[in-house]
Amino acid sequence: MSSRPELKAPPEIFYDDVEARKYTSSSRIIEIQAKLSERALELLALPDDGVPRLLLDIGCGSGLSGETLSENGHQWIGLDISPSMLDIALEREAEGDLLLKDMGQGLGLRSGMIDGAISISAVQWLCNADKSSHEPRLRLKAFFGSLYRCLARGARAVFQVYPESLAQRELILSSAMRAGFAGGVVVDYPHSSKSRKEYLVLTCGPPSINTELPKAKLEDEESCSDDESSGDEENQTVCISDRHRPRKKQKTTKKGKVRDWVLKKKEQMRRKGNAVPLDTKYTARKRKARF
Amino acid sequence: MRLLTHNMLSSNIKGVTNGFPLLIEVEKVIEKPVDFNPDFLKNMFVKVDWKALVDASRSLGYAELPEETPESSVIDSDDFLRKFHHALLELHLEEGALVCPETERKFPVSKGIPNMLLHEDEV
Ligand SMILES: C[S@@+](CC[C@H](N)C(=O)[O-])C[C@H]1O[C@@H](n2cnc3c(N)ncnc32)[C@H](O)[C@@H]1O
Repeated sequence: MSSRPELKAPPEIFYDDVEARKYTSSSRIIEIQAKLSERALELLALPDDGVPRLLLDIGCGSGLSGETLSENGHQWIGLDISPSMLDIALEREAEGDLLLKDMGQGLGLRSGMIDGAISISAVQWLCNADKSSHEPRLRLKAFFGSLYRCLARGARAVFQVYPESLAQRELILSSAMRAGFAGGVVVDYPHSSKSRKEYLVLTCGPPSINTELPKAKLEDEESCSDDESSGDEENQTVCISDRHRPRKKQKTTKKGKVRDWVLKKKEQMRRKGNAVPLDTKYTARKRKARF
Repeated sequence: MRLLTHNMLSSNIKGVTNGFPLLIEVEKVIEKPVDFNPDFLKNMFVKVDWKALVDASRSLGYAELPEETPESSVIDSDDFLRKFHHALLELHLEEGALVCPETERKFPVSKGIPNMLLHEDEV
């Protein structure tokens, strides 16, 4: 992140039609955002009962992060401040409902309704004052306060963020704590400048077993297994949701679900007369860790 | 926008004390099929504001939901669940507006996306 987009222009200006299309046509970005979203969903630690949940995707953009939620069977509501990004989400037939909304103005959702929230590469935008009327502290307060209210007790919010500095991370975290959240930062691959990723893991409600922070991933990209089954990758993660059940089971059910979803999507596209690659054993295989 | 989302959304204009439910002005409604999942519906049944859902579904032209909040035992009825499913997940307000019940401020809905951005003096 040498050239930070947050410093160039306000998000609704930076993500114009051209940038939104560029962003969403990069296979590298698509892959990275999918990885980040999968990890965020894992850190949400939803009950492992196969029941779809109602989730929020904050700063959903063109729907890349939401796609991971759909692939895993969940219903979601996405909000974003950029009309151009939302247009692309429509084009990509995002399955969640989309709202044009500025998270810094508060979410305006009913209390206790939402089972979990993710936000991928978006919340750091709140730290900038893009208009003279913007006061980052107040916008963060409005955001976290409204998020806290709309989440069900015990529900989690997981934000992958790119804070610009220590002070910025501190600002985001302290705003969350002041709103009543418990939690902290999980840093995956802390020793790799390329793969390092930060997740803010927040729990709504009084501290409990659930507020214990999950463990970070520690291995670097180099040592990640490159083969298709990528069993090693799964094994690096010790997270709360995994504790009660054999790991094998989770993996197969999840994979089957994703494949079904992809096959369904491809069928839809075919019916619309689009050229769609044939279904093969490689369809919807797990992506390699590439950061 | 589906009625699932309508049922969650309220007007958060500064000074508004009860911004829920938003009234609906309809220009165009569309339907999109969604996989039927009884477990999801059962979880949602205890959360939804029933009156808001019934009124909203009627304004979108769907009158199959009972007016009165049903007993919780109805969730075992397949017939009921299918109607609930249709109202909650398959009807979309494609064009129109959401209206703040207190201030009558309109939030336009275009291509299915409500514009919920507030003006500076509304924050
Ligand atoms: C890097 S993109 C990520 C999009 C999507 N989550 C993904 O993973 O592809 C960041 C998004 O945050 C959105 N954003 C920035 N500030 C926002 C705000 N105040 N309210 C809502 N969305 C915002 C931008 O418009 C942009 O679509």
